[in-house]
Amino acid sequence: MTAPPILETRGLTMRFGGVVAVNGVDFRLQEAELRCLIGPNGAGKSTFFKCLTGQLRPSGGDVLFRGRSVAGSFSHAIARRGVGTKTQVPSVFDGLSVRDNVWLAAVRVNPGRLADKTTDDAMQRVGISHIADRIVGQLAHGQRQLVELAMVVAPEPDLILLDEPAAGMTDDEVDRLVDLIKELNKRHALVVVEHDMQFIRRVAKTVTVFHQGAILVEGDVADILVDARVRDVYLGKQAA
Amino acid sequence: MSRFLPLLGNVVVLLAGLAVLFGLPAYAETYLIINATIFASFAILALSLALIWGYAGILSFGQAAFFGLGGYTYAIAAINFGDTTGAAALAVAVPALFAALLGYFMFWGRISDVYLGVITLTVSLILYRFVNQTAGEEWTIGQAPLGGFNGIPATPILNWPGRPGEQLAPEDIFSLAVGLLILVYFGCKALLATRFGRIVVAIRENEARVGLLGYDARIYKLVVFVIGGALAGLSGLMFANSVFVSPTMFSLPVSGQIIIWVIIGGLGTLIGPVIGCILMQLLTNWLGTLNQVRGFGWVDPNLVLGVVLVVFVLLVPKGLTALAADTVRWLKKRLSPRERGEGGAHRASDGRMRGTNDQTESPPREPDRSYPSANLSPLSRGEGHEQRAAGAAARSTP
Repeated sequence: MTAPPILETRGLTMRFGGVVAVNGVDFRLQEAELRCLIGPNGAGKSTFFKCLTGQLRPSGGDVLFRGRSVAGSFSHAIARRGVGTKTQVPSVFDGLSVRDNVWLAAVRVNPGRLADKTTDDAMQRVGISHIADRIVGQLAHGQRQLVELAMVVAPEPDLILLDEPAAGMTDDEVDRLVDLIKELNKRHALVVVEHDMQFIRRVAKTVTVFHQGAILVEGDVADILVDARVRDVYLGKQAA
Repeated sequence: MSRFLPLLGNVVVLLAGLAVLFGLPAYAETYLIINATIFASFAILALSLALIWGYAGILSFGQAAFFGLGGYTYAIAAINFGDTTGAAALAVAVPALFAALLGYFMFWGRISDVYLGVITLTVSLILYRFVNQTAGEEWTIGQAPLGGFNGIPATPILNWPGRPGEQLAPEDIFSLAVGLLILVYFGCKALLATRFGRIVVAIRENEARVGLLGYDARIYKLVVFVIGGALAGLSGLMFANSVFVSPTMFSLPVSGQIIIWVIIGGLGTLIGPVIGCILMQLLTNWLGTLNQVRGFGWVDPNLVLGVVLVVFVLLVPKGLTALAADTVRWLKKRLSPRERGEGGAHRASDGRMRGTNDQTESPPREPDRSYPSANLSPLSRGEGHEQRAAGAAARSTP
């Protein structure tokens, strides 16, 4: 317990008017850990996620990246600390080519020629080299997801946050994504928000379940998936 | 082939610019040369908005403010200094500084695009009102009376650097204006090709993503806004040297005109707004002569320009450059023997029939954001409304 966790939240709270979307969440992620966040619609996963990335300014509590508070920082400041983010709806540059998209991500940390090489490498790793010259706005949803993933991977961030990475992907693309996440986890810490249980089964080790803005349960994936409480919140339990 | 097209375009633009630069003074009369100087200074103004609106996505209604500020700064400083060289430098520096101040409050205050337009418009109207009422004796800066709605008819003409009193001839002012226009045009091109320029374009495409990649969008927007202000100031300087400065430089018609040039020429290009500017100025001048003609006295140039704008916004929203590009593409298609005779069915399946590498020819279509429902998990299928929240979110995003 000497090294601080790469990511920690203490009593993280996000209110929208009277609605408490995230309610006092304490969350810890160790270096090189892979964590999946699941939970039904409206559980607060995405709001929690946006507080981590600086897209939302938390109403209370703290977010610590390697022991230093980043709560309320702008997203560019958090990104500069070494956090790469894939948003829920692919956030890409629709009017630019795939290569330009990835290059823009690579060039912040790599000057000149090196940026071109990093761009090619990232496209290769994600498997989009064959569409490098196409305009992103014309691609299918799954391909746009991969483009965004390549943008996240290119600067080699220490912590990677993925919000619903498998949405809209074909089976082949999901296979590639699973391999990629496993490969990334050798060097990077990851947080993956996902709905798709099949997908969670394939990648997860530890799972955190969100429900009504708080952590319902946290544990090994095999235990979580048979947990009665988890099943209840997902299926809508009858008994209250 | 397509890789050489941009280069070819640059060469054509450069040759056209040089032809005007060296050809026109040899043949044209002074009246025409002065008119062409005004066109060139307006074209620089058009480029200032083409850069910040077309590439950075900042819709500024306030380019007229920087334009007027540049002109007035030059006139006031030149009258006081005697030598015009320093005044010319100030004519660029003062609007740039003003743009930096205004931009700082707008971008750091996270003002949204619409309010940015309102604020810039208001600023130019305030300046217009202010300068208009400076007729009294008390409105004199050094030896320069501001002159109220009359402006400063005694605006000095540029002299050769270091030789006060030796004024440039109209032909020299013309050469300077056109030379600067060429420089500004290629300067903007070069700027957009740099890392800085590419990030600026990325901000136009998706500012949130630029932030998530670790760039502070505010700094980039501020710098490009300041460059736009400086260019508008430069344009005001050249305008002051071909006419003289007056409050109309700050007026609403000027603000509106700049936007019309950019829309008609083509937003997101540099050459488009220059062409749009020159064509609209030619049209305006021609309409101005019309009321001398019997039977056409009722023609109001502003009304005609308004109609032209409406027609363009409705029928040619991407402007003349896109129209020209589409026409060339259409002609190519008609002329190439392979494509002929295959009819409309071919077009419909265009995107799928061609290889994935051929992106230039495939028709632009909305990104396909539909989700396959096949990989819904048993758990999520149990809940009816659980159908991939991302799907609903994606579809509801404009």
